[in-house]
Amino acid sequence: MRYLPLDNEDRAEMLEVIGVRNVEDLFGCVPKEARLSELIDLPYHQPESEVEKHMTKLSNKSISASSVPFFCGAGAYKHHVPSSVDHLIQRSEFLTAYTPYQPEISQGTLQVLFEFQSQVAILTGMEVANASMYDGSTACAEAVVMAKRVTRKHKAIIAPGLHPHYSLATDTLASSVGVDVCILEQKISSDYKVLDLIDDETACVVVQSPNVFGEIVDLTPIAEKAHLHKALLIAVFTEPVALGLIKSPGEQGADIVVGEGQGIGVGLNFGGPHVGLFACNKKHVRQMPGRICGETIDAAGNRAFVLTLSTREQHIRRDKATSNICTNSGLCCLAFSIHMSLLGGDGLRKLAILNHESASLLATRIDKIKGAKVLNNTFFNEFTVKLDKNAKDVVHSLANKNILGGVPFSRLSKAGPKDILLICATEIVDEHDIESLCKALEEELR
Amino acid sequence: MSMNNQGRVTAPKAITSVASESFSGNKALDQATKLIFETGSFNKTGIDFPEPKGIKYRLGGLEQTKNIELPGLSEPETLRHYVRLSQKNYAIDLGVYPLGSCTMKHNPRLNEKVARLPGFSDVHPLQPIGTVQGALELMYELSNWLTKLCNMPAVALTPKAGAHGELCGMMTIRARLDADGNSHKRRVFVPESAHGTNPATAVQCGFFVDELPANDKGCIDMDVLRLKISDLGSDNDIAGIMLTNPNTCGLFESDIIEISELIHTAGGYFYCDGANFNALVGRVRPGDLGVDAMHINLHKTFSTPHGGGGPGSGPTVLSDALKDYAPVPYVVKDKSGRFDLIEDINDISMGRLCAFHGQMGMYTRALSYMMSHGSDGLKQATEDAVLNANYILASLSDLMTLAYPGHCMHEVLFDDTFLENTGVDTLDFAKAMIDEGYHPMTMYFPLVVHGAMLIEPTESESKYELDRFIATMRGLANRAKSGDIKSFKAAPQHSPTKRVDETLAARKPVLRYGS
Repeated sequence: MRYLPLDNEDRAEMLEVIGVRNVEDLFGCVPKEARLSELIDLPYHQPESEVEKHMTKLSNKSISASSVPFFCGAGAYKHHVPSSVDHLIQRSEFLTAYTPYQPEISQGTLQVLFEFQSQVAILTGMEVANASMYDGSTACAEAVVMAKRVTRKHKAIIAPGLHPHYSLATDTLASSVGVDVCILEQKISSDYKVLDLIDDETACVVVQSPNVFGEIVDLTPIAEKAHLHKALLIAVFTEPVALGLIKSPGEQGADIVVGEGQGIGVGLNFGGPHVGLFACNKKHVRQMPGRICGETIDAAGNRAFVLTLSTREQHIRRDKATSNICTNSGLCCLAFSIHMSLLGGDGLRKLAILNHESASLLATRIDKIKGAKVLNNTFFNEFTVKLDKNAKDVVHSLANKNILGGVPFSRLSKAGPKDILLICATEIVDEHDIESLCKALEEELR
Repeated sequence: MSMNNQGRVTAPKAITSVASESFSGNKALDQATKLIFETGSFNKTGIDFPEPKGIKYRLGGLEQTKNIELPGLSEPETLRHYVRLSQKNYAIDLGVYPLGSCTMKHNPRLNEKVARLPGFSDVHPLQPIGTVQGALELMYELSNWLTKLCNMPAVALTPKAGAHGELCGMMTIRARLDADGNSHKRRVFVPESAHGTNPATAVQCGFFVDELPANDKGCIDMDVLRLKISDLGSDNDIAGIMLTNPNTCGLFESDIIEISELIHTAGGYFYCDGANFNALVGRVRPGDLGVDAMHINLHKTFSTPHGGGGPGSGPTVLSDALKDYAPVPYVVKDKSGRFDLIEDINDISMGRLCAFHGQMGMYTRALSYMMSHGSDGLKQATEDAVLNANYILASLSDLMTLAYPGHCMHEVLFDDTFLENTGVDTLDFAKAMIDEGYHPMTMYFPLVVHGAMLIEPTESESKYELDRFIATMRGLANRAKSGDIKSFKAAPQHSPTKRVDETLAARKPVLRYGS
């Protein structure tokens, strides 16, 4: 077996040192009735070539985003990731290191985390950020639980437009710790009805912008109302590239900002792994979940980095911890950080403009199709189209023509309208792609 | 002095150390590395884009008008920055990484290759089901391997890490209790040796923790557990137990079947923390021990890389009693062989844990690992992991003090009794290991043992590496006992960074550049 360095001679010598006859004796503590005598009914070991062949066969059964005109968004975005990103994250020293518990021999990972936290803080317009969460949805859930700790209040208002998966993941976690989660009915327009619901009992109001329909929400009036009632505004985003062109949530008064970072540096990966971003202001940092890296000095007086504020965490506080989280999304935040370093602020803005332009061109073109109507007043790189037909059927027909033409809203929410299609166009979409999609849509809606 | 035939010196003269600060701040291969914020600027970039067309924005007046002060670097500067940083990290590919309870095993590169195949890495989670059949088939196959290895009927794949799997299992238990009208059952037994995530998870799921002490053998004190259960009478509020097996002392809980029966008789459920499954794969199946739910750390047992702290993946196997309460989504296969994804929550499911379908990138790597090993190789890996740990135990127990007598499973636990009156503590000992070129073992955990040192070699170490490691540990133990404590207190001296001031970091938090 190519991955096992011991041979039978080694094993025999080692058993002798241990003083047992065979390896069975080392399992003597297992109750007899639970000891397996036979091999489990699964295939035997295989050479690398065979495993690779099988995996390639499976891979070929799916249609990949790069191979067709591609318009899916709704929480995961297809962008071009520079080659150097994937090269660097595969370096052994990053790939095969553990959580940096021994700072003297983990400064590589720790400095990356410090830089990542700084980048996320700047991007979101907040004072501090943590070293990442599993993904945007779990970051959102943890933010609501954090708001309960900060405000000592129990009501969380979920404004319309939050990605339905985020609402559900938040409800699952927050309800179990006694948060009363009020999820408002989904709608595209931001009519600010949510303002009337914020009261003195409210711990937080959760608002996504751009929201799941692509609409950009002005957070400032919501922040003002929330602060009037000593509630927190939790701002959510699913597309980090949008922050290259839209005013940051911090500048609009958000108290906690959470989002999905996948759009920078991380591939689609069929939904995971992705990387959750989590930022807040300094005064709340001791209530923040997740790993945090801080700057300090070493015995020689040189700058060094270390995981810090661990008195919040489960390994110290156990049942009184702020959260049970101990893993972050290490390698994905490295990828995010490298891609962001390659972009720089101006590069990010340019990427964002290219995204917005792709989507604008597509929206203008779709609006000319009979039986399709763009519902958005504003958008970044995705928007909502109302069709004369069932959106799921349309998407199916498009897939048969080798076009991945968007996400039917009913896929995210069974109870939602059936004629709504969410369409995204990033910088990878060119004019030919737009024409292919629109021609196919015209045929479908004829 | 030896010379080659051109008269060039080929062997260095013995020199006394003349170490002085270098002008550059570098130390040969160890390159000083500034922050990107100190070397980059927001108007520099390492990516070429086409010029925008100048189309009118539709942003509703919320356009960002200020510069975004994120530093940019050109591509060569980026490569250098991250390569230099990488060289300040220890890694499994560099040497023994015996972190107990973390299972730092070899990460086969085949797994990296297959995870990047476009049918897995470049598919969108919300594409039409018909266009992602290969990805769903892989998830189905992975489920088959995991359920068979565990002898459990179902697995929830979505949890994104071990602690997320704990949430999944405990919320599923809660959903079942509530469905049966047992929402008063909220007491969860957690041994004091448990990972901190266990009590934290129980509380996050709305339970309260009743801590169980260990006996003098490092296992659960059964007298205490029996008494706690028999004392309850009609006020039975037992929801279940969270138990790590083998436990964090590296020992198999030999009363596990009685524990499971006691909990089930009391109407509770048995959650097993699967962090240490690497000691059992192919030899013991959790389903045969009466387990109702157990998360499997794909990033430990099945070798998906740790990546400096993640991403992880924590699929959670479920018993017949719990499987109907599993979270969405999950994959099903119909009679025609077509795969489908069930994404809508029914009346009894515990809900949704995250957006989309979990950690596909980890599923591919884990399946590739399992297929490479096969049922025979997985069993052999388990045996080698246990053998390696016991070899270390046998080779060190005369000099260091074992926390509990007898054999261990896949990791061996020492306490700090052997350092008594030496002036050296566990932390010093760990830092001295760094100077010897090793990543220290897990220290000060589990909490039930004073100055704990938990060593998990895994099956990936050769006898040669183990012998070198053992000789080093013996050398250090002898040095500490001989009273030579100066090198321990100053350790690490050979690492690029010296001992770090953690107190300063916590007292005056500097958590970002420019704060």
